[in-house]
Amino acid sequence: MERHFERDLEELKQRLLWMGSLAERAVHQAVHAVLDAEEHLAEIVLSEEDAINEMQIEIDERVQRLLALQQPMAADLRFLLAVSRINGDLERIGDQAVNIAQSAMRVLRHPQVKPYVDLPRMSELAEGMVRDSLNALVRGDIDLARSVLQRDDQVDRLRDQLFRELLTYMMENSAVVFAAFELILVAKNLERIGDHATNIAEDVIYFVAGRDVRHPALDRR
Amino acid sequence: MASATQGKHPAAERIAPEVRMTEPTPTGSEKDSPLRFKISNLDVFYGPKQAVFGLNLNIPKSKITALIGPSGCGKSTFLRTLNRMNETIRNTRVEGEILLDGQHIHGMDVVGLRRRVGMVFQRPNPFPKSIYENVAYGLRVNGFKGRLDDLVEHSLRRAALWEEVKDYLKKSAFALSGGQQQRLCIARALAVDPEVLLLDEPCSALDPVTTAKIEELMFQLKDSCTMAIVTHNMQQAARASDFTAFMLDGKLIEHSETSKLFTTPTDPRTEAYITGRFG
Repeated sequence: MERHFERDLEELKQRLLWMGSLAERAVHQAVHAVLDAEEHLAEIVLSEEDAINEMQIEIDERVQRLLALQQPMAADLRFLLAVSRINGDLERIGDQAVNIAQSAMRVLRHPQVKPYVDLPRMSELAEGMVRDSLNALVRGDIDLARSVLQRDDQVDRLRDQLFRELLTYMMENSAVVFAAFELILVAKNLERIGDHATNIAEDVIYFVAGRDVRHPALDRR
Repeated sequence: MASATQGKHPAAERIAPEVRMTEPTPTGSEKDSPLRFKISNLDVFYGPKQAVFGLNLNIPKSKITALIGPSGCGKSTFLRTLNRMNETIRNTRVEGEILLDGQHIHGMDVVGLRRRVGMVFQRPNPFPKSIYENVAYGLRVNGFKGRLDDLVEHSLRRAALWEEVKDYLKKSAFALSGGQQQRLCIARALAVDPEVLLLDEPCSALDPVTTAKIEELMFQLKDSCTMAIVTHNMQQAARASDFTAFMLDGKLIEHSETSKLFTTPTDPRTEAYITGRFG
């Protein structure tokens, strides 16, 4: 017999995934506002920010209620703790998307600094990390979660590469400083999105295997 | 506008009455604690029916060990084996080894064993005597010659009951509430200064406030008294014990630190039981 607690957990998971899809779409639209020079995409991101914030509050309330009323144990407890943390990460991803959208609106007032090569790669990587971390949650797939952790270094390398390249543009031509600086901010925000996806993947590993892999240097369990 | 110090929530004061200046001492694991009981290959039979199968378990000193499992899994049978209470049931047979501080309990004088290993039952069972006599009885039986009044008071204080009954010591124990009766039974057990206290669902008939008192009492007592508690209340096991053993069909399935067992159990049967998916 399925208990209503299990239905509540499933419903919570679905709400979290919905929030994840909103955050993921916001990132995609914000980056494409820059890449495709589509300002209206940035406006959509700004207008949908509240929806993500409302989801965060709703999910927090659901978690709080289930913790208080059901006093969950073991995998159920780990799931709720993971959802609570993932909820925070998804909201932050939504904020990073808003930052990118705001940069997009500013950068579009200037001529394009350079052809975009690394930025789309970085964006694909970061979006893929968010998507896969949530897929790992749905499937309880630790290997997929681990692959997200491994991809974080690639995002960091692309950010460093982009920084260096944009610095050379700025040094050569002071007229591009404003736009190049905005692109650096976009890269920085994408890198942070990768970090949040990494956090989500770590929470999935905690939920599925009960292992805390957040700080490997501490060598716990 | 209210200042930061005004209107502080009582819960916040309870949690952080002052800034903690020293690092808290982590709870030791079983490995760090000397053993009180060492149980090896324990089988218990009621006539032809076997109730406990090849159980191996260590109960560390000055810790609380909780025994959980569905009804009929053998946890109460196991608990009663530790002070040979099962011997009062006909056709009970016990095989295997139970060492208390390194000594075989089956080689001990049973009265002496039960003085060292006291027991509190599910339903409070005070004697039909006064509150005072309930506590003093065990002392008299054990030939205690000292100042009885002092020891009765000491035991009632240890059981967190003194303040509530000190003016009514001559009253019948049955005049007390259920929670008070249960604490009186604990005081009675504590009077003979046992090294171990076995508690068989001591709170199942009590309300949450009284249950909290008993749990607090257990926490206060554990430095001087090792405890093993059978409980059906998972939250109680999680709150009140240092170690938890999960039993199923007479077998010990998993035994580990309580914090680990309730967050990351290793056996899927433990997981299923504590998350309420069976049992």
